[in-house]
Amino acid sequence: MSDHVAVHAAPTSFIRKYVFSLDHKIIGLQYYGLALVAVVTGMVLSWIMRVHLVWPNAPIPGLGFLSKTGAPGGVVTPEYYLQLMTMHGTLMVFFVLTNAPFAAFGNYFLPIQIGAEDMAFPRFNMMSFWTTFVAFCVLIAAFFVGDGPPLSGWTGYAPLSAVGGDAGPGQAVGQSLWGISIFIFCIASLLGSLNFIATTLDLRTKGMTLSRMPIVTWAWFITSCISLLAFAVLMPACLLLVLDRIAGTSFFIPAGLNVGDHIQPHQGGSPLLWQHLFWFFGHPEVYIAILPAIGIVSHILICNMRRNMLSHKVLIYCMMAIGFLSYMVWGHHMFLSGMNPFSALVFSFPTLMITIPATIMTLIWLGSLYGSNLRINSASLFCLGFISMFVSGGVSGFFLAQPSIDIYLHATYFVVGHFHMVMGVAAIMGVFAGTYFWFPKMTGRMMNETLGRWHFFLTLIGTYAIFMPFHYLGLAGNVRRYSAFQDDFLVPLIPVHKFITYAALFTGAAQLIFIFNLIYSRFKGAPATANPWECTSLEWSTPSSPPPFDNFGGQHPVVYHDPYQYGVKSSTGDYVMQTSPERVGETL
Amino acid sequence: MTTILQPPQAELDHEPPQRQTGGPGGNFRNLAPAGGDLRAIADRSGEPTRTGIWVGLAAIAMTFAALTSALYVREGSGYADWTHIELPQILWFNTLALILGSITLERARHRVAAFMRNEEHDRSVPMFWLNATMALGLVFVVGQYLAWLRLRSEGLYLPTNPNSSFFYVLTGVHVIHVLGGLGGLSRAMFKFRSATHPLRRSTMDATSYYWHFMGVLWVYLMFILWLKL
Repeated sequence: MSDHVAVHAAPTSFIRKYVFSLDHKIIGLQYYGLALVAVVTGMVLSWIMRVHLVWPNAPIPGLGFLSKTGAPGGVVTPEYYLQLMTMHGTLMVFFVLTNAPFAAFGNYFLPIQIGAEDMAFPRFNMMSFWTTFVAFCVLIAAFFVGDGPPLSGWTGYAPLSAVGGDAGPGQAVGQSLWGISIFIFCIASLLGSLNFIATTLDLRTKGMTLSRMPIVTWAWFITSCISLLAFAVLMPACLLLVLDRIAGTSFFIPAGLNVGDHIQPHQGGSPLLWQHLFWFFGHPEVYIAILPAIGIVSHILICNMRRNMLSHKVLIYCMMAIGFLSYMVWGHHMFLSGMNPFSALVFSFPTLMITIPATIMTLIWLGSLYGSNLRINSASLFCLGFISMFVSGGVSGFFLAQPSIDIYLHATYFVVGHFHMVMGVAAIMGVFAGTYFWFPKMTGRMMNETLGRWHFFLTLIGTYAIFMPFHYLGLAGNVRRYSAFQDDFLVPLIPVHKFITYAALFTGAAQLIFIFNLIYSRFKGAPATANPWECTSLEWSTPSSPPPFDNFGGQHPVVYHDPYQYGVKSSTGDYVMQTSPERVGETL
Repeated sequence: MTTILQPPQAELDHEPPQRQTGGPGGNFRNLAPAGGDLRAIADRSGEPTRTGIWVGLAAIAMTFAALTSALYVREGSGYADWTHIELPQILWFNTLALILGSITLERARHRVAAFMRNEEHDRSVPMFWLNATMALGLVFVVGQYLAWLRLRSEGLYLPTNPNSSFFYVLTGVHVIHVLGGLGGLSRAMFKFRSATHPLRRSTMDATSYYWHFMGVLWVYLMFILWLKL
């Protein structure tokens, strides 16, 4: 076993144990906590947006203190709506969806699942979390400076994002803070991905071949490969954007641009260049958001079905295919950007191809579930909810992938519905499933099952109620990123928006059940046995819950099996742990 | 239907540890005891530092690929303000310094390896080559700064025209990474001389791979700058 790992001594001081910790488990929890703060902030922003859309003149309590110009008397101005929307998207995509399923759970469980004592580079790991934290602080600072956060959307399209203060409130300091924050986030992400890849390739314990790694470990590994190359492109893009803003360069700003009655002193830049650079990162980014959730859900389902998937190897190959193809489809975000229409065909084809591995995965899940006698608990319910949302949200992608249809649907609520269902709901359901499943291992206590089921059903119904009508709205021509619906063709849609707003507030309230459950169970939850789910992977063979400092109590596990020996007669029941040298008996 | 257990691929020279019965949760006594003799199971895992450096270099390569494509798009942006700038002659000297630095670093790496194999007992020979590399690296950095000063003296600043913008961005991003390489090199040199934090082979190798990559990258950038700017 690797004595070349930078094994570090157990920390003793509070700061070393819980603040600047080198322990991957603490770092994982820190990422989870940061994602929790970010998701609550993002959700509150979305409630403000939803309320404003339906009651445009209603004062939002407290908002007037945050921004006197953006929300005088608490009434959101159109510009401030866009500013809130930009921060909502940025927080959710970067600080929630990249952090929670990947950095949080991956950091906590990847080393344990491969039998390692820690990540390959614990100090890089600590640096990557605190760098993410700094990026978060820089982003949040945008709320409190000048005229507030930027309004150019989480996509930060040039030239609006590049010209500076003339483009509107928040575009002076706020946009620069956004660019710097994302640049810092890229550095943190690259460090994290490097760690995941080196750990997975080099720190597997004896007997743990690549083919014996659980699906979720593969998912984290593939995600880190995608993430490494994607964030390495966003970093120079943000650099060029910030240079355009503060150094007078013209990478993205064309000549003669009249913004806010000023001719901008730039020339020759290409706004399309920003879109290319951004979406070359941006499309792999959405697969970075979904692949860990796919892995988590598959892993939990296998455990609860008490039998393997029809082919878990094909699931892994599908994840690899998705990762590979994700780099070829970025232009499908640019069908209406003015590019040569032939390029639309070139991008549409791999976009439709990418639906194939996604469909294969869905069919494998459904085919494996059929006749499987799935154990129903909060975790497996959220897995089923994930599949439901992945299909519902993914199917609209088939339509958007075709340029002819996208001409109409681009920048409508149809697109918003699509990505919210796959990212905002399905990926989050994966995070919920992981939380309910791994909570006993992280804390030694079980989460309350009744509350978990209420949480699931209210969330499932609520999110369908919110996001299904988005598709109808999009087809009816409802443009996205509008702060008010005053046009003739939009006014009749306001009742639909009212329904969505009520559903959003209701679903948001339902998440309080989860927050309460998390906190209550942490202190008062029923004590968990060592392996409450009777799962075979290595994290369930640690000597204690939570695992000891070096994960396995001074010992190094030896792996004798692939990760999904379920439905077999053994001394432990109907499963055999990966670390058990027991010969497998008859299949049940 | 009986399924036969597939043992680990390498030969065990003793019986697998006795399975201990435990609760239905499966328990940690399945683990091999710390004193158990498992040397015979081949540990084929690599060095994380070696893997890590290649992964890091892949990311850096991707960054420069993005900047290169930005350059090509900007050139063809249709505004036709793409001009031509004369590359300061000192760049060729800097290139030579960086390449020489790669050569001295390779000498240093081999001497360090010989020292670690106890073939050499004198630290001063490897230290000489390490110091030479550090000096050449600093020459490169100073030379880059002089190149910038030269461009400034010609009135070419960062925003002056797209060519100068890309010149500063490409050389600036590269020199930041070179400074990182110098930091890594000084850390390796510190460890080489330290009794309490000895230098590992993998760290020395990783430092030198990074350095050579910076050299190769610079040659590529020189080509692009010469071709395009």
